Amino acid sequence: MTDYAIELVGISKRFGAVQANRNVSMKIAKGSIHGIIGENGAGKSTLMSILYGYYQADAGSIHVGGRETRIRNSHEAIALGIGMVHQHFMLVDTFTVLENIVLGAEGGLLLKDGLARARDHLKALNREYALEVDPDAVVGELGVGLQQRVEILKALYRGADVLILDEPTAVLTPQEADHLFRILRALKEQGKTVILITHKLREVMDITDAVTVMRGGEVVGNVATTDVDKETLADLMVGRKVSLRVDKAHREPGAPVVTVRGLGLTDARGVKLLDNLNFEVRAGEIVGIAGVAGNGQSELLEVLAGMQTPSCGEIVYKGETLTGTRSRRPRPALWREKGIGHVPEDRSREGLVKAFSAFENAILGYHREKTVRKGPLYARRTLIERTRDFIEQFDIRPANPLLRVGLMSGGNQQKVVLAREIHADPDLLLVGQPTRGVDIGAIEFIHKRLVELRDQGKAILLVSVELEEIMALSDRILVMAGGQITGEVAGKDATAKELGLLMGGHKH
Amino acid sequence: MEQFISLLDSTIRVATPLVLAALAGLFSERSGIVDISLEGKMLLAAFASAAAAFAFHSPWIGLLAGIAVSVAFAMLHGFVSVTYNGNQLISGMSINIIASGITPVLALAWFQQGGNTPQLEPDSRFSEIALPFADSVREVPVLGPVYSQLLSGHSILVYMTIAIIPVVTWFVYRSRFGLRLRAVGENPHAADTAGVSVARVRYIALFWGGVLCGLAGTFLSVYQTGAFIKEMTAGKGFLALAALIFGKWRPVPAVIGCLLFAFADAIQIRLEGVDLPVVGQIPSQFIQVLPYALTVFLLAGFVGRAVAPKSIGIPFVKSR
Amino acid sequence: MKFGQPSTLPRWASLTILPVLNLAAALLVTALVTWMIGEDPWECLKLLVSGAFGYGEGIGYTLFYTTSFIFTGLAVATAFHAGLFNIGGEGQAYIAGLGVTLTVLAFDHTLPAPVLMPLAILAAMAFGAAWAFVPGWLQARRGSHIVVTTIMFNFISYSVMLYLLSHHLIEPGSQNPTTREFGQAAWMPAMHDMAAVLGFDLPSTPLNASFILAIVASVVFYLVVWHSRWGFELRTVGVNEKAATYAGMSVSTVIIVAMCFSGALAGLSAVNELMGSTHRMNVSFTNGVGFVGIAVALMGRNHPVGIVLSALLFGALTQGGLELSFEKPVITREMILLIQGLIILFCGALENLFEPFIAPLFKRKD
Repeated sequence: MTDYAIELVGISKRFGAVQANRNVSMKIAKGSIHGIIGENGAGKSTLMSILYGYYQADAGSIHVGGRETRIRNSHEAIALGIGMVHQHFMLVDTFTVLENIVLGAEGGLLLKDGLARARDHLKALNREYALEVDPDAVVGELGVGLQQRVEILKALYRGADVLILDEPTAVLTPQEADHLFRILRALKEQGKTVILITHKLREVMDITDAVTVMRGGEVVGNVATTDVDKETLADLMVGRKVSLRVDKAHREPGAPVVTVRGLGLTDARGVKLLDNLNFEVRAGEIVGIAGVAGNGQSELLEVLAGMQTPSCGEIVYKGETLTGTRSRRPRPALWREKGIGHVPEDRSREGLVKAFSAFENAILGYHREKTVRKGPLYARRTLIERTRDFIEQFDIRPANPLLRVGLMSGGNQQKVVLAREIHADPDLLLVGQPTRGVDIGAIEFIHKRLVELRDQGKAILLVSVELEEIMALSDRILVMAGGQITGEVAGKDATAKELGLLMGGHKH
Repeated sequence: MEQFISLLDSTIRVATPLVLAALAGLFSERSGIVDISLEGKMLLAAFASAAAAFAFHSPWIGLLAGIAVSVAFAMLHGFVSVTYNGNQLISGMSINIIASGITPVLALAWFQQGGNTPQLEPDSRFSEIALPFADSVREVPVLGPVYSQLLSGHSILVYMTIAIIPVVTWFVYRSRFGLRLRAVGENPHAADTAGVSVARVRYIALFWGGVLCGLAGTFLSVYQTGAFIKEMTAGKGFLALAALIFGKWRPVPAVIGCLLFAFADAIQIRLEGVDLPVVGQIPSQFIQVLPYALTVFLLAGFVGRAVAPKSIGIPFVKSR
Repeated sequence: MKFGQPSTLPRWASLTILPVLNLAAALLVTALVTWMIGEDPWECLKLLVSGAFGYGEGIGYTLFYTTSFIFTGLAVATAFHAGLFNIGGEGQAYIAGLGVTLTVLAFDHTLPAPVLMPLAILAAMAFGAAWAFVPGWLQARRGSHIVVTTIMFNFISYSVMLYLLSHHLIEPGSQNPTTREFGQAAWMPAMHDMAAVLGFDLPSTPLNASFILAIVASVVFYLVVWHSRWGFELRTVGVNEKAATYAGMSVSTVIIVAMCFSGALAGLSAVNELMGSTHRMNVSFTNGVGFVGIAVALMGRNHPVGIVLSALLFGALTQGGLELSFEKPVITREMILLIQGLIILFCGALENLFEPFIAPLFKRKD
């Protein structure tokens, strides 16, 4: 009989209309590395948040070390020996490693004794798990990999027996990831239990003993890693969904509208967010970018829209090299004038100003155009008329041009953005997550409009984490993982399994 | 020599309230709460302490009253900033203006002296303390005058301030509270996940800030002038804020900043109308402006760089 | 720092009921203090109102004070719309006074009034804008916090002006640090003189043509902020910098330009004071006008109609308060300062304090 560190029985959690977890059960063996794998929105993070006490489950029970427990907050989780390494590190940059580790667990009013004790303890942990962390280094000056180890140390210092890691390799280089895995194996050897949340198949295959596959808030598979192969896991993870039907005739694409060569983007810490991208989008085709969120798609859209400056490479638009041109005016304005439209991923924070009324949002980004003005002031009546047209053509509700956009539903907000960008008649339309948080009816409508645009000979670059959407709309599909393009598949030939493998970082 | 010692002596006098207020600001700002209301709290404390000292004939009751009022307004600032997640700058601004308004109104109503309080009798006022043997060592060369004139003969509040500096430094860097204070100001989310109550730490920080502002205000009225005078803080709270930024939000450098500003002030009074070689007369305004100009340069990163605690001014809203 | 947290109330309610409740709270506390010092709040209120509006001269003075407050209120509101808190209105008005003074002292005997006056007004705006430009630039390009910088700039302006007044601009032979009197060409036409031309008989007060300028500025402010491209960019930057970047706006340019306009507006209050009333520069002419602007903008919710109304309130408080202090020696002009501070507290820092109490009344049925 196996000892279980954690048993989850029938966990359900609902947020408003969204069922984040439905009757989730799993057993995690003591001293094992257990993978939880699934796409975005599969419910992995919610489940772990419930285990760590951030949320309370609506139904179901949690057993820790064989005993049923209630975990009401993270302190109770810590007391039960559960530690969490967040995807976004919870560290104080200006503190030393030692100070970060004792924070909240100082053990007395004076720091001196606590710090001395922690130093000894740290030395032991460092030796045991080959962590190689200097206790006196300032955390902000450490690399990402080391900061992550500080997070692990924090959890171990607080006596964690079960360690949850949320997408730990998302920010790591392959070498750092290898080091992390050595540490995780050492932890396992010492009898600790590790829960690894990931979407990367290789990691699951390499390091875990057992794996739970989640999809749509439910568990779709609970298997020993030795019993499965990558293909089976990819299949389980993505699932055989009923494919969206979009009527789309075959169409021969025209000349390239945008060509990207050697495009790269590096952040302040030197992490490559975009790594040597090469592709083109031609007139009359929809190119879909598939991938798990956070693999560089957002940055790609922002670079192409002029909102971020790439570190290297060039963007050629209709024969003109856009990168490297200097102007006093901000690039998004300049590029928009050249005919690059952009439906941003985060419409409520970027694409719209929620506090503004619909008719003001209808000109956001096009507010400099002469057609919207009469003399020095805006032609309010023209704007309202234009918005009325949008409302009619896109069936936006409520049909009130003066309404604050923040009061509209997600789908109607998205229609406002889409209407605005399509109205400008762009030659290249960048579209990010066009149907996120949008109701079914509106999804169909939005898809139809995108295909219409393609048929009119526009070039469309579509970024979406919804594989189904990518597969239904795209003529060609590029898959991104870790800032690179890991493969290209023709839209009509694509299978979920193949895409799933590519999204998991397996190159062609 | 004589002159130099008296220059340093007045530096200490001018610096004391600045040091107290700067350390008050340090508590608050290190916890992530902007405090532009140092000025107002000092003014309120100056009035409350003078009024209470006058009424009860005791400087100590005055001190208590000054601290109580200052702490009360610090808690108001805490309510707006921590509990209500309101705008910390506007809150601070309002406390300053309320202080400028209510102190002369009450002073006039209670004492009928044009918005000031009556001059305190010697027994209801902090007096200068002669340190032991101050008189007998006066004649010893160098050390004598330093001891008997520079170190001896200040108010108890000055000696308290001198003691407070290492205590605060120790508190901020060596105590559990200090670690939490600094963590909360840098990254409250990290502190929160580590089991530290952000709101509690911020309230405590504001409390101690209130206490120190209370001391500073009391120093001005119950010791220095022996009465409350309308607008007697005259920008000292902002000068302390400048010193805090000058010291990059660290206690000892901030104290040095205060001493520097106070020294400039002491020199300026002595240079009034004096012809210096080469430069001629230096207008006093030129020296007055230095601390402020220096702060602007420092904030802009032209001379070194003053980086504020990262989460300063941002209300903490628990994420998940 | 962002303002305008989303309110669940209907727009009209959050624009009317909340400010009224906040004002009521501020006045209630004031009444309490009044009662504490042994005066009858109700009687004081009556005296105050009659002092401010009860007779022609009182109204004239009220509107004179209102004029300056409209300018500084608009100044603070301009910065607020860009998400900036400009505490430096006081210093900007002060330096703008320098612009007026330099221009007038140089040309008041050579240029005719129709040329000199616009020139002096432009100088006020330019000097105010320049004094606000630096903090704006430092915020946009160097990341220095606008609040701290503008506070420091206030103090720097006091010292600069004190130095200039006592060393260079002082009227020869004068004991007080004031300039000589401006030539008549630089006197803003007084309202009672203008009315006399039209055949009306108004009492003689410092109310002058600046009042008309303030009303015009309010209208222009409304048009620019809500109906022009620049205002659109200003408001977008103020509520959502990310969307502004998306829309191709230069956030730093908008911040700098907003501060310049803010400073220019604050500077116009110097025109009202110096060219309209004192006709000479003195050390304390601004007298807190920049800080009143903060209260005015917060209470008026950054809208010109609200700003004009709350400026009128503060104008009335100032004038009525002065009258009141003749009747009741216990109540001084600092009482107005107290009200001002309380209004900033309730209308600014705690602006939605009462929302939970009245929100149920507006619960949507959906």
